[in-house]
Amino acid sequence: MFSKAKFKENLWGYLFIMPWLIGFILLWGGPVVSSFIISLYRWSILDPPKWLGTKNYERLLTDQLFWQSLKVTGIYIIVVVPGLLFLSLFSAMLLNQKLRGVRLFRTIYYTPVVVSGVVLAVAWLWLLSPDYGFVNYFLRTVFGIEGPRWLNSSFWALPSVIVVSLWRIGTTMVIFLAGLQEIPSQLYEVADIDGAKPLAKFRYITLPMLSPVILFNVFMLIIESFQVFTPVYVMTEGGPHYSTLMYVLYLYNNAFVFLKMGYASALAWVFFMIMLVFSVILLKSSGRWVFYQGGEK
Amino acid sequence: MGHSIPQIQKKHSNFSPIRIVLYVIMIAGGVILIFPIIWMLMTALKGSESLAAYPPQLFPWPVMWRNFIDALKVLPFATFYKNSLIVTISCMIGDVLTSALVAYGFSRFKFYGRDIFFILVLSTMLLPLQVTIVPRFILFRRFGWVDNFWPIIVPAFLGGSGFYIFLLRQFFLGIPNEIADAAKIDGCGPFGIFWRLYLPLSKPALATIAIFSFMYNWNDFFVPLVFLNSKEKYTVQLGLNLFMDQYNVDWSYLMANAIMATLPCFIIFFFAQRFFIQGISMTGVKE
Repeated sequence: MFSKAKFKENLWGYLFIMPWLIGFILLWGGPVVSSFIISLYRWSILDPPKWLGTKNYERLLTDQLFWQSLKVTGIYIIVVVPGLLFLSLFSAMLLNQKLRGVRLFRTIYYTPVVVSGVVLAVAWLWLLSPDYGFVNYFLRTVFGIEGPRWLNSSFWALPSVIVVSLWRIGTTMVIFLAGLQEIPSQLYEVADIDGAKPLAKFRYITLPMLSPVILFNVFMLIIESFQVFTPVYVMTEGGPHYSTLMYVLYLYNNAFVFLKMGYASALAWVFFMIMLVFSVILLKSSGRWVFYQGGEK
Repeated sequence: MGHSIPQIQKKHSNFSPIRIVLYVIMIAGGVILIFPIIWMLMTALKGSESLAAYPPQLFPWPVMWRNFIDALKVLPFATFYKNSLIVTISCMIGDVLTSALVAYGFSRFKFYGRDIFFILVLSTMLLPLQVTIVPRFILFRRFGWVDNFWPIIVPAFLGGSGFYIFLLRQFFLGIPNEIADAAKIDGCGPFGIFWRLYLPLSKPALATIAIFSFMYNWNDFFVPLVFLNSKEKYTVQLGLNLFMDQYNVDWSYLMANAIMATLPCFIIFFFAQRFFIQGISMTGVKE
């Protein structure tokens, strides 16, 4: 039944994946389950936990800051994901042309990703400084406009954070570039012979051939954008008037500033459910717009 | 790369109007994207007079190279760098070593439940870390590891990230089984094959993981923020944030520190760009 060779195969397999297996139980699987249990308690870590049942979840429904953080994060995702997608695809197509110096520019376009989130946030804090910042100086001298108080204004703070995030096209762009280079050039040559216009080539060759890569990038960008934390923590601390209170920042504050471990865990679980539902929807819908070479998948 | 196919150039390629427009867009985009970093460097080199000058000067005069030394003295930045190096290098070793072990396990052995486990590996790539941060904190606190590097380093020794395992497994699958089988006949055990065959054959892939790991851990802010409390334990990124929170920020010093905090990643990026780009490309395109 269970041959010696098979036993050895299993033994070695489990031995090699053991570090991951322990890590998965301690750092991923275990926490997902235990955060649900913690979410049923009131717990400051300093005193013993107190059973609340579903009260944390009920409280979420009436918590205005919870809804505010969902709204802020939602707006952020709705603008940043398509924005980054468009900018990085555009840049990838541009930097895929046979132009002189294109390699240098690929490096330059990538650099904002090499810089850490804190450094980028600090740089922008300085650029956007209302009185001494370069951005307002530029607006004043070139357009004669007095710029707003950017991060200090509850109206402009979120748009500022969004614009800062649009600087990091690098990773998405590189993935698009690789995708573009995988498209067989014969397709374009045939289209040229047929006299296809550039727009038609984009619509009927580039987009369908690139659609699996687009799906991957959309997926990654949404996950990343939902986790946005560093720019708001460094630049605005969620303010002014909670106008940049991102979901993860609110979770962090509840857990590590207010020491509400139970409530923070409820937030984490809602986060988990949102990601799960969204992943299922995106994967289910992808069949309709993603084109795989070599037929249906 | 697709350079092998000769392009049919219809018009005189170098100066057609379309190409000029493309050049203009490419350069404009580059200037916009690099500007915050250039401005940061210029600010770092300004003395207090040219910093206060209006209109702002693009090029600082006199150039204050000493800012880079003086900025380090405001806060214990030397300690922050030391801490960042300890954390980053330890994580890098852990990430490379254990993700290679795990990836080897997934690619060489057909053990019970392998495919399900691999789906779980992939799912950890999609699951935000923040979902698990509260139980992690409670667990590590129970171990007495809060305000300690262990909560940052230990996870790297437990398989690293799903992303690294995925990347290396793809690479290992490309190594023909015949080579391993030949080594087996020569009396090499599974671990010997891993150590003496797979690792040397995968140097480029391992370099990619090492670079990713270095960049990620050097730049990470969230995890150190959660686990490190006292100043003596701060990493560079936490130090920068602390510097900024001070009353009356000296922008030149802040920018000088920000530039120095970026330098290690810049250097690695410029020298190892090829590995880096290959690694990223592999994730999105291959399957």
